[in-house]
Amino acid sequence: MATQQQAQILRPETLVDAFRQNGVTHVITIPDSETNYLYELMLEQPWLDIVPVSREGEAFGIAMGLNLAGKTPVVLIQNTGMLESGDSIRGMALDAGFPLVMVVGYRGWTRRGKITDSVARYTEPFLNAFGINYYLVEYDADGDRLNTAFEEARETRQPVAVLIGDEYHGWNR
Amino acid sequence: MIEAIDVFRAFEPYRRKAIVAATGTSGRHWSEVSSYPARDVSLGGAMGQATSAALGLALGLPEEKVVLFDSEGSLLMNLGVLATIAGKGPENFYHFLLDNECYATTGGQPVPNAAGIDYAALAKGAGYASAYRFDDLEDFTISVGEILNEPGPVFVSVKIVPEIENLPMGMRPARQGRSRAEMFRDLRAELGIAAD
Repeated sequence: MATQQQAQILRPETLVDAFRQNGVTHVITIPDSETNYLYELMLEQPWLDIVPVSREGEAFGIAMGLNLAGKTPVVLIQNTGMLESGDSIRGMALDAGFPLVMVVGYRGWTRRGKITDSVARYTEPFLNAFGINYYLVEYDADGDRLNTAFEEARETRQPVAVLIGDEYHGWNR
Repeated sequence: MIEAIDVFRAFEPYRRKAIVAATGTSGRHWSEVSSYPARDVSLGGAMGQATSAALGLALGLPEEKVVLFDSEGSLLMNLGVLATIAGKGPENFYHFLLDNECYATTGGQPVPNAAGIDYAALAKGAGYASAYRFDDLEDFTISVGEILNEPGPVFVSVKIVPEIENLPMGMRPARQGRSRAEMFRDLRAELGIAAD
């Protein structure tokens, strides 16, 4: 039973493994209330440098600078912060044209029932308006979508978003 | 107050191989002074974010000295970055602020609390290793070499004369020079970094 329950959630290890497989060097992030397990796991990785920021928009400028330096950054933020970051995404990621995976906590989204949190309603329209492709990740079984996002970002030299639909606890189902 | 180009002239003899990014209306003078264009880079693209990009560059190239000439209008749009920079504490990062107290490119309107902000105090309070302020060219010229030998992150605020532009954008002379993408290409080639 425990194994079955385990399979129904997205483990933080799945993301960290994907980061390692795809050569990620830096994770630029503001932790949100759902991602503390992931944050603690990332801190334990000697090959990974965590860059905490004060506001999400900073993350895309820092990512551009790291890419210029030959590094491979990932941005890890919540969808609320992504909305705040619009001009930074435009000017520092889309216009700069480099591979960038944005891992975005999909606050307010649920597969069942009515979505009442406005940020969940605006998340996908925002990404569509910016022309950013995205993949929904809910379970460990969706882990291959992380690699797909990294591959697509490298091929297109553009940001690709991964929406974390259920952040490591299984409460959204 | 100091002319921006005089700030650059005083800095240049001490630049050596530092990577230099200059932003804002006054930053355009850097290209008139720079003796090492392959290590100059434009990090603009979203107002306030050049500071973040310079931090990323410094974190990614810890063996290289990274110097940013920022502007106060830009910094005010991203003030939290002072804490972000201090939190990572890059010893190779030198953050100069050219403070003309206004949005020069839009006609010279004052920034909020223009003359009343002590940016060096903000940086020091955020946790920079050291912070300085100058409004006299001689003082700046005497000090800048020593400042660049200190471990970063270092913040240097300099009061400069505003160079206000008031013509409609379409009537202003086009600025010549390399694009951001060309500067990125040239810097990577200079540093031996393969394009990803």
